[in-house]
Amino acid sequence: MTPEEICQKLQSAGIEVTYHDTKPDPFLLCTLQSYKQAALTLRDDPDLAFQSLMSLTGLEWPDYFEVASQLISYQKEHRVTIKVRCGKDDPSVPTLSDVWTIAEWHEREAYDLVGMTFAGHQDLRRILLPEDWEGHPLRKDYSPQERWHDISLTSEPPKTTHE
Amino acid sequence: MSIIEGRFEPNIIITSVDALFNWSRSRSLWPITFGLACCAIEMMATAASRFDQDRLGIFPRPTPRQADCMIVSGTVTAKMGERVRRLYLQMPEPKWVIAMGSCANSGGPYWQHGYHVVKGVDQIIPVDVYIPGCPPRPEALLDGFLKLREKIEQCTIAKKTG
Ligand code: SF4
Repeated sequence: MTPEEICQKLQSAGIEVTYHDTKPDPFLLCTLQSYKQAALTLRDDPDLAFQSLMSLTGLEWPDYFEVASQLISYQKEHRVTIKVRCGKDDPSVPTLSDVWTIAEWHEREAYDLVGMTFAGHQDLRRILLPEDWEGHPLRKDYSPQERWHDISLTSEPPKTTHE
Repeated sequence: MSIIEGRFEPNIIITSVDALFNWSRSRSLWPITFGLACCAIEMMATAASRFDQDRLGIFPRPTPRQADCMIVSGTVTAKMGERVRRLYLQMPEPKWVIAMGSCANSGGPYWQHGYHVVKGVDQIIPVDVYIPGCPPRPEALLDGFLKLREKIEQCTIAKKTG
């Protein structure tokens, strides 16, 4: 199935998605309300059968945050990208970790680096950076911290001498 | 004439303690390896059959307790930096450190915008030999070991090393 046919299939099931014919990869845009239902239908519908979530990425745009997920069906040999957007004042989207378990770690990464939260996620901790790190580095307004514990992260030469 | 001449069997060798220690230390450098990024591939190649660092007595160890030196090859992040230092402190004296590649020397490509990269492992532990390159070729790492040998040969037990 092409992404356009997949979109029509979802729409005929009463799910609110829109098709965006971007090059080279088109994507389906869900609303916050239809996101979870779309994911469940994509996984469970026998014609769609997306058993596998390949990647889930958090992005920051000037006016909104976005989560892009790439799905693949090995059985039907087709793939699709779904996206969902949320406002900057409330950067929270529903979790997919109860649909595809691997989303748990991908969502932790998006939380760690972009700082969005995932409603319903069981274990939303940082995954790459230390737990006491300040800020989310892929935010556009991020300013790097100069020290972490007693380790300097600036390009200055070390001030203390070693024994 | 020497006072010991003719008093022992002919197969006796006379040396100074310094020379003996330095010879044995510099000829069997056992490194603990820190393969943290792409430079680690070159470090592995140095250990493999083509470059065969074992012919110089260099033999990677899995634990700091058995190691004389540490090869830091790759990008040191802050989170890893704490572990690097902890393992360095667990090594017995005397100990030496080789910083392999631009990242371990100075932060490399992440010098300016690496928010989580330590700008050189010498911010955390003392470094004896810096090997430039991104990544350095295995020959460069072997050359670094030869440089470290020269350094070890200057050591004396009268002074703290490392
Ligand atoms: S110096 Fe270059 S090759 Fe080595 S770890 Fe850094 S980026 Fe990779």
